[in-house]
Amino acid sequence: MSGAALSIDAVGKSFRGLRAVHDVSFEVPAGAIHAVIGPNGAGKTTLVNLIAGVFKPDQGIVRLGERALNGLRPDQICGAGIGRTFQIVKPFKTLTVERNVTIGALHHTTDVAAAREHSLSILDQLGLYDKRDMLASNLTLPDRKRLEVARALATGPKLLLLDEVMAGLRPTETDQMVAFLRGLNERTGLTILLIEHVMRAVMALSQRVVVLHHGEKIAEGTPAEVTRDRAVLEVYLGDGGH
Amino acid sequence: MAAILDRLFGDVPRRALAGLGVLALILLVAPFFVSQFVVTVMLLAFYFAYVGQAWNIMMGFAGQLSLGHSLYIGLGAYAAAALYMKAGIGPWAGVFVSIALAMAVGGIIGYLGFRFAITGVYFALLTIAFAEFFRILFDHIDWLGASAGYYLKVENRQENDPFNLRGSPLMFYYIMLALVALAFGLCRWLLTGRLGHYWLAIREDPEAAQATGINIFRYKMIAVLLSSGMTALGGVFIAFYNNNLYPEQIFSMGRSIELLLGPIIGGLGTLFGPILGSALLVVVGEIMTDLTEGTHLAGLKQIFYGLVVLLIVLFLPGGVWPWLARLCGFDRDRGDK
Repeated sequence: MSGAALSIDAVGKSFRGLRAVHDVSFEVPAGAIHAVIGPNGAGKTTLVNLIAGVFKPDQGIVRLGERALNGLRPDQICGAGIGRTFQIVKPFKTLTVERNVTIGALHHTTDVAAAREHSLSILDQLGLYDKRDMLASNLTLPDRKRLEVARALATGPKLLLLDEVMAGLRPTETDQMVAFLRGLNERTGLTILLIEHVMRAVMALSQRVVVLHHGEKIAEGTPAEVTRDRAVLEVYLGDGGH
Repeated sequence: MAAILDRLFGDVPRRALAGLGVLALILLVAPFFVSQFVVTVMLLAFYFAYVGQAWNIMMGFAGQLSLGHSLYIGLGAYAAAALYMKAGIGPWAGVFVSIALAMAVGGIIGYLGFRFAITGVYFALLTIAFAEFFRILFDHIDWLGASAGYYLKVENRQENDPFNLRGSPLMFYYIMLALVALAFGLCRWLLTGRLGHYWLAIREDPEAAQATGINIFRYKMIAVLLSSGMTALGGVFIAFYNNNLYPEQIFSMGRSIELLLGPIIGGLGTLFGPILGSALLVVVGEIMTDLTEGTHLAGLKQIFYGLVVLLIVLFLPGGVWPWLARLCGFDRDRGDK
């Protein structure tokens, strides 16, 4: 496992005339951890869905490494090397935790025993090993968030796309997740793009931050730069049209 | 061979394995100890267990509701019967035509449904529409008897002729039992492999399954093709057992419902559910017939039958098998087995 670069080039998407994402461009170099932040309705999840192939961009190109991803289905995007999580978690509810992750691991092997072994090692890393025989529906929300990450990781991605994976976690749990992701990134060089609301995690983890507002990129820079940016402060603290 | 056996049974608790062995033995020798009537009742239960297992692949494993499975039974039955009567082609050869025909039609339904993302009850409506279409179509094919029905020649033979499926209920008993065992083994085999895992993922959450790299169209198609083909095989045997085919009956909505009651009562998505559910329903049906025989009240049997089904669904919504498996300690807390 090693990371690949993600490039978002002038990407746009409208729904019945409503511009959800407009002319957004940024790059995530291989092995980097970047974040996209923005208030509710800024177009963050739409952007995730554009990258993950749920929606086709109206304009622009999404690339992973050299490969253009436009027009690929979500399963093909996964095959190209992007593992995603869902903001509203989507576990395979009536299956065990282990089987949830094994299904992800079957992406690159037909050997169920090998996939199961791989899934157990991932569950161990995420602190879910002891809960491997529980049904996913019986997990608490923080554990379901971890399960989302585990299942995405099991597919062997080059880029991990995390849609508000910290939302609903307590500060200590957030710190655990941050530590896990940083360790993972250091060990494997996996590229990570966080879509986040929780500034604590963004500040601790990401090298660069893109700020979306009303579907447009209004700022980009290091976490420190972005938090000093006038436009960003206005959106988050000022009236900003809200 | 050892690897196959290990994959099929390696993960099964000893007690369950022993139970399965005893059950198989009982079913193998049962015809020598019971009346011919009981044999016919049991073989009917086997038939429903087999087609229920086939239906369960689509709904129980892959989560695609078909309410038109009578279509595949009808196509399988008519194709094999027509080949036998018109061209003298025996059922063991005709069965391939039956399966191919049902798979072709199932493939069209699946393609239309899955390509255009028709899901849930709307997909179920599509399956009903196709079944109804073929019911009406066969009602008007004079060459195959139309609505007056199509009959297979019944000959008086001294001995069973398994190659042409002509013979006693006892012969059909063992053939149906073998089919149930084969379908059970096949489903167990698939469920322990990648295909089964992918089906369960699609059943649980298609969007998450797709994000996990699963081509949901392909795997749903495989489920429909397999299910329709297997169901058609059941249709061939019911045609040669009953020796008569009526479009109004064999393609009817009622038949579609009848064959999915077993797996639902027994436990949707479980391997043993269709078998247990079908056995229960056939036994309940026979008992009700027995009890209401002297009363001359039309429909009393159906009311009691409905009540029993209602009670089971009410008190064991997950089906009888998961409850029984827990009771017998067969499950080891692995809720997804």
